[in-house]
Amino acid sequence: MNYTNSIKIAVSALRRNKFRAFLTMLGIIIGVASVIVMLAIGQGSKKSIQDQMSGMGTNLIFAMPGAEQKGGVRMGNSDAKTMKLTDVDAIEKNCPAISDVSPEVRSSGQAVVGNQNWPTSIYGVNNKYFNIRKYTIGSGRSFTDTEIQTYAKVCLVGQTIVENLFGKTDPIGQTIRFKSIPLLIVGVLGEKGENGMGQDQDDLIIAPYTTVQKRILAITHIQSIAASAASEALNDVAITQLTESLRNSHKLKAAEADDFQVRSQSEMVQMFSSISDIMTALLGAISGISLLVGGIGIMNIMYVSVTERTREIGLRLSVGGRGNDILMQFLIESILLSVFGGVIGITLGIVATQITASIMSWPVVISTFSVIMAFLVCSAIGIFFGWYPARKAAGLNPIDALRYE
Amino acid sequence: MKTIIEVRDLKKDFYVGDITVHALKGINMEIKEGEFVAIMGTSGSGKSTMLNVLGCLDKPTSGSYLLDGISMGELSKNELAGLRNTKLGFVFQSYNLLSRTSALENVELPLFYNSKVKPRERRERAEAALEAVGLTDRMHHMPNQLSGGQQQRVAIARSLVNDPVVILADEATGNLDTRTSYEIMALLQDLNSKGKTIVFVTHEPDIAKFMTRQVVFRDGHIIREELVTDRNNAVELLKALPVEELV
Repeated sequence: MNYTNSIKIAVSALRRNKFRAFLTMLGIIIGVASVIVMLAIGQGSKKSIQDQMSGMGTNLIFAMPGAEQKGGVRMGNSDAKTMKLTDVDAIEKNCPAISDVSPEVRSSGQAVVGNQNWPTSIYGVNNKYFNIRKYTIGSGRSFTDTEIQTYAKVCLVGQTIVENLFGKTDPIGQTIRFKSIPLLIVGVLGEKGENGMGQDQDDLIIAPYTTVQKRILAITHIQSIAASAASEALNDVAITQLTESLRNSHKLKAAEADDFQVRSQSEMVQMFSSISDIMTALLGAISGISLLVGGIGIMNIMYVSVTERTREIGLRLSVGGRGNDILMQFLIESILLSVFGGVIGITLGIVATQITASIMSWPVVISTFSVIMAFLVCSAIGIFFGWYPARKAAGLNPIDALRYE
Repeated sequence: MKTIIEVRDLKKDFYVGDITVHALKGINMEIKEGEFVAIMGTSGSGKSTMLNVLGCLDKPTSGSYLLDGISMGELSKNELAGLRNTKLGFVFQSYNLLSRTSALENVELPLFYNSKVKPRERRERAEAALEAVGLTDRMHHMPNQLSGGQQQRVAIARSLVNDPVVILADEATGNLDTRTSYEIMALLQDLNSKGKTIVFVTHEPDIAKFMTRQVVFRDGHIIREELVTDRNNAVELLKALPVEELV
């Protein structure tokens, strides 16, 4: 059999029905284009979540009190007073894989400047916290160790606070009152924007932990510990060391469960990535269905085409076409339809993705993988859905086919 | 003269449900090179079945059929297709041209299934065949731009293009008016005079008079076989046609 001739015959058969060929391809075009667009959007959102998460610091490790038991009664996490400043000191001493560690105490409330007020949170931390959470100091300074030791009434404010309470005036040197405690603003944080969950990371006041502990919350324990691993590779080691250190300082026996929880940013990244993966898979599956429908469209048209061209098939058989020649002709026709439709669909999908990205300003990532996949799936659809009609054509009896009305 | 077709005690049965239809009941026939044979008979006489067997489109139930010295009984489906491709040319009543395909490409069609023929040779042979039927100036016309007679001439060119040992025509003038029929017969007589063997199935006695020999079928038997004595000449008959029919 001669494949060049089979291809030529198939091409000229398609050219005789250009409009119908185009309509047949339309299903595949739309299917492929939507697969490309959906996967690009899905993967784009995954990448943007990952980027934002790593912007928060991928080395970040949090430790907070876990469920506490008092005589068999399990208490909520918020009441737990199990974490102490000594825990932080111990971590600093015992964990070589952890580069920075800071205690964390929080309070929410209304911040007041003059006649303006704004609901926000105050974070009591030490100097290393900025490094751990990847905050930069936009202007002014951080607080000093002396200020920490003396519960000094100083603080740094985020950009959201500046916008809402100060407008255009320079906040440095001004006083902000939080829960009636006047705090001197010594610095302004650099802008950080929203995190992966849409939380405003600039809506906060940062003060020495001692100040928040003694003057605002009147507590001696701490609410959580923020730490950062020396490097991303050391993340797991750092978590193990931190856990060990906390168990030691809490004097937990080997059989006892942890009375705290350790969370790392990389875990969060993984979690959100997997959510995003599920979303991508879902979007891909939906557009995959439209691709399937497109394939069935090809099969339908090829099937009708075999019936419609019965006499042509009869003629081809009578002038010496073998069953295999006819099979190849129809199979090549359907493969050409789906592959050509696939190429148009891929092009259209890439264009549509770019348009979506620029109009909706959504993050998109077109991966080579999705393009190659779409192309292979198209070829497979061509063969799969073309096979049955092609078999039918090849199996026709030349005498009946010639006399078919 | 060389024998092109030799049929010995050929039988063909069809099974329709429980009933067996004996379409051909032991046919003996010989066709020599250069003959122009009419196969005649009413519908149901078995002449179409005979043509299908002669055209290697159908296998006989029993008996032998030698085409150009090749026994078709033992051949596979694909080998039969090869035989049709190289040894036979078909002309049908309804032309069976591919629509929206130029005359030239229609004529090229049989050569597409012969991998020995290169594209250049295919084109040249198709052009030569169209020239032989007098359609050089209509090569790139689509079938719907051609008259019935011209379409049938394209079909004849298609049957010639593979240089077959025999052309099988099935009621080739059945869809045409008298004048065009005569034109087609003139063309076939011309081809025959140049040595082509032609088998022509028809039920019209006056068309059969253009041929050299008549074979009449009835109920699956050959009932009469005779040489045509007062053979019609299509070119002369065309001249004799009344002028108004030219319009």
